[in-house]
Amino acid sequence: MIKKILNNLCLSLFICGSLFISAFAQNGGTQQNLTGRDGAFAITNARIVTVSGDTIENGTIIIRNGKIEAVGANIRAGGGVETIDGKGLTVYPGMIDAATNMGLIEIGGGAAGTVDVAETGNMNSNAKAITGINPNTSHINVTRVNGTTTVLSLPVSGLVSGQSAIINLNGATQSEMAVVPVFGLIVNFPRVTTFEFAPGVGRRAIEYSQAVKQRDKNVEDLKKIFDEAALYAKTREAYAADKSLPHKDIDLKMEAMIPYLKGEKPVIFTADRERDIRGALKFADELKLKAIILGGAEAWKAADDLKKYNVPVIYTNMWSMPLGQDADYDSMYAGPGKMKAAGVKFAIASGDDGANARDLPYQAGMSAAYGLSKEDALKAVTIYPAEILGISDKMGSIETGKVANIVVTDGDLLDARTNIKYLFINGRLLPLTSRHTELYEAFKNRK
Amino acid sequence: MKKIILLAILLSCAIGVSAQQKGELLIKNATVMTASGGTLQNRDILVRNGKIVQIGRDLKASADAQIFDGTGKFVTPGIIDAHSHAMMDAVNEFSFAVTSMARIRDVLDPTDISIYRALAGGVTAANLLHGSANPIGGQNSVVKFKWGHPIEDFLIADAPPGIKFAMGENVKRSNSQIQPGQTRRYPATRMGTVEVIRDAFVRARDYKQAWDDYRAKKTKVPPRRDLELEPLVEVLEGKRLVHAHGYRSDEHLNLLLIAKDFGFKVATLQHGLEAYKIAPEIAKSGTGVSIFADYWGYKIEAYDAIPYNAAILWKNGVVVSINSDSAERIRRLNIDAAKMMKYGGVPEEEALKMITLNPAKQLGIDKRTGSIEVGKDADIVIWSAHPFSVYAHPEVTMIEGEVFFDRQKDVAMRDQLEKEREALEKAEANLPPEKRGKSEKPKENPSPNGGLQ
Repeated sequence: MIKKILNNLCLSLFICGSLFISAFAQNGGTQQNLTGRDGAFAITNARIVTVSGDTIENGTIIIRNGKIEAVGANIRAGGGVETIDGKGLTVYPGMIDAATNMGLIEIGGGAAGTVDVAETGNMNSNAKAITGINPNTSHINVTRVNGTTTVLSLPVSGLVSGQSAIINLNGATQSEMAVVPVFGLIVNFPRVTTFEFAPGVGRRAIEYSQAVKQRDKNVEDLKKIFDEAALYAKTREAYAADKSLPHKDIDLKMEAMIPYLKGEKPVIFTADRERDIRGALKFADELKLKAIILGGAEAWKAADDLKKYNVPVIYTNMWSMPLGQDADYDSMYAGPGKMKAAGVKFAIASGDDGANARDLPYQAGMSAAYGLSKEDALKAVTIYPAEILGISDKMGSIETGKVANIVVTDGDLLDARTNIKYLFINGRLLPLTSRHTELYEAFKNRK
Repeated sequence: MKKIILLAILLSCAIGVSAQQKGELLIKNATVMTASGGTLQNRDILVRNGKIVQIGRDLKASADAQIFDGTGKFVTPGIIDAHSHAMMDAVNEFSFAVTSMARIRDVLDPTDISIYRALAGGVTAANLLHGSANPIGGQNSVVKFKWGHPIEDFLIADAPPGIKFAMGENVKRSNSQIQPGQTRRYPATRMGTVEVIRDAFVRARDYKQAWDDYRAKKTKVPPRRDLELEPLVEVLEGKRLVHAHGYRSDEHLNLLLIAKDFGFKVATLQHGLEAYKIAPEIAKSGTGVSIFADYWGYKIEAYDAIPYNAAILWKNGVVVSINSDSAERIRRLNIDAAKMMKYGGVPEEEALKMITLNPAKQLGIDKRTGSIEVGKDADIVIWSAHPFSVYAHPEVTMIEGEVFFDRQKDVAMRDQLEKEREALEKAEANLPPEKRGKSEKPKENPSPNGGLQ
C-alpha cells in the first residue's frame, strides 16, 4: 500500500522534477545535494568493465534517458550526444552498498537533532527508513564521489527495527532517490549475550547458561510478534471475505508485517555468530520467511545451512575485529573468500552509518588480499548486492537497458589511489563535489 | 655444582637463541621503498645485529644468515602509529583536570592480542597515549611491538618522554553523564580549558624557580617534590614532548599561544581534524600534526574534517603523520596512507613518510627508525604487493632484525592451534559443571586468589 503511494509520488515528482532540473544544476551548494544534469552522453575509447560479461578493452557506452542505451566495442555515437573521451579511463557500474544508515544519521555522537536511526521500543515494523532519510545529508555527496551510487539504508533498534530502503545517492527528495522505497524488514535476531553493562558496576559477565535462557526467551518474544501478525492477517482476510464476522481494527504495525509473513519481501536478520546465524535460519524456515543474513561475521561456518535454505549474506565485517582473542588475525578479511569457496551467496557492505561509507571499495578490495579473487571482490559490491536486493534487472552491471549508474575512473575502482573522473546516477552527470571539496577549496590556498 | 652446570647450559642456550635472532638476515631482490631515499628496484638489504648494514645488489651474507626472497615483493620501513592505546589496561585517569603524574608505563600489557594484529598490518612502533579526558593528561610511552618479549623490551629507551594534553569536548566531559548530586568537573568550557593549562604552567614555573633557587643556594630548604609539576617543568625545559589532542582549529591555536607564552614547543597536535584551516600558523610554530586519513563526522567537532587535511598541511611544510587511535584501524594504515595520494595529490614517498618517517620524527625516534637506511634499526615489512594496493598484505614484519610476524608460519600453525583448542575444550576442567564426570567434584580453590601467588 505504502509502496504504491510512494511510487506514485515518485512518478509525479520525477515529472515535475524534470522541469526545474536545469535551475538546480546551476546551484553551487554541493551540501544541498546537487542533482546534476540530464542529457545524452557517449563515453568513447574507454575500458569498460561490464561485470556481467567480458571487459571491453576499447569501447563506447551511450547513456540516454537515464539508461544505458548501448555498450560495445563497435558502437558509434550519433548526433546530439555529448562525447566524453574515455582514453586511459575505465568505466564501471556504480557500486551498491547493501548496508548503511545513509541519511538517517548526520552526526552520531552527541548531536541531537541529526539522528533518526533508532525508533524507541522493540517492535517498529511500520517504521520506514525512506521517511527518515535526509536527502540533503552531506554524506551522500561524500560517498558517491568515491563510486557508490546506490545503498540500502536501514534502521537499527529493538527486535523489529523497521523497514529499509534502497536509494540512489541522488535526488532532491526521498521519492526521487527511492529505488525500492520499502524493501526489507530489519530484525535483530536475539543473540547469546554473555556480558552486560550495569549502572555503577560497568561491564560484567552473565553466566553462559543464563545467557542462553535469555536468548531463548527473546526468540520466543520474536516468535510471538510473528504469530500475532499471522493471526491478525488471518482475521483481516476472514473479515474481508465475510463481513458478518467481527471487524478487526487496522493495526499499522501488524499490517506492515503481512508481506514479510507471506514471503513476498525479505526479512533481513542481523546475525554474526555461527549459532545466531543458524538460529535465524531455523526461525525463518519454520515461519517460511524469505531471509537475508546481515553481518555474517561467521557465516562461512554456517555455510551448509545457508546453502540448504538458500539464504544470502550481506557481509559487513571486513573491518571488524576478529571475534575472540584466539581467532585468526585475518578472519574477518578472509570471510568473503571462505563464503565464495563454500558456495554461499554474499555481498560486501560497509555497514557504516553514512559518513564513512565511502570506504566500501577498499573494504571489498582487501577481501582479495585474503582469499577472494579480484573479480569477485568487484562483484561483491556491484552485481552480487544487486541480486540480493532484487534489483539486478536494473543495476549492478553495465548492460544495455540498465539504469545508467556509471563511474568512470583513472584506475582500479577498488584501489585507494584511484580518482573518479565522471559520475552518473540515473543517467545524470553529477558534479564531483562534496562538503569536503568545498572546505578544501575554501582553505587550500590560505596564507 | 650440578645446578651451576645446568644454569651454564641454560644460559648458553639462551645466548645461542638470541645470537640467532640478532644475527644476520638478508632480504634479496625486493622493491625497496625507503621512505627517505626513493624507491629502489631489485635491491638486497643486509641486516646484522638488528641494524641495517648494507643496501645494494648481490649482497653476501654469512652461511647461517636468514634469507628472505623478495622477488616480486615490496619492502617498507615498519609502520609507526603516533596515536595508539594498544596494550593499555587503562586509558584515562578521569579524576582531575591535570593528571601529569599518571604514567601509561604503569598499565602496559605485553600480551594484548592487538599487538600481534598490528604487527600483521605492518606496524612496528607506536606512541601509547593517555586518553583525552583531561586538559593535561598522563605521560605516554613510545614502544616497539616486540610481541612475546618482556615489557622492558617494548620501551624505546632513548625515545624522549612525552605527555598528553587535550582540548575540546572530551575535556569538557560533554558526553559523560553526571549522576544526581555529582558536581560537574571544571573545566566545562573551552575558556576554562585554556585557564587550567595556563594555571598548571604558572605553578610549574614557580616550582621550577623554587628548585633553581635552591640549587643556586639562594634558599636553604629544598622544595617539596611535586610529581604533578615535575613533568611540566620538563616540558618548560624542552625535555618532554607535548602531544595535544584537539579538533577545532581555534583550540589548537589557543594552545600554541600558551606554549609561546611559556616558551615551549608543542611536538604534535593529535587529530587536528581542522588543522588545514590554520596550516600556515602550525607551520610557523614548528609543530607536527598527527591525523586520521579521512575518518570524520562522528561528532560535531569532527564535522569539518576533510581528507585533504594532510595534503594542505604537507604543502605548508608541516610534518604530518597518519594515526589510527584504534585497535582496528592500526591494521590498515597502509591503505590510509594510500588515500593521501588521491586526496590532494600527495606524492607516493611523502604519503609513505606519513606512516613511517614522519611519526618517527614527531616522536623523536627518527635517528633509529622510520626509514630504510644504513645504520638504522631493521624495522622492516615485506609486502606481497605494493603496500598502497588494497590487494597487498604484509608477509613478514620484523623489528631490529627479529621476525615478529610471518604470515606463512601463522597460516601453517592454524590446524595445530585448532586441534589444541578442541582438546582444551574437551578437557575435564573446561567443561561446564553439569557435564563433568560425576566422580570428580569441582575442587575448592586451594587459596583465595585461585592459587596464583
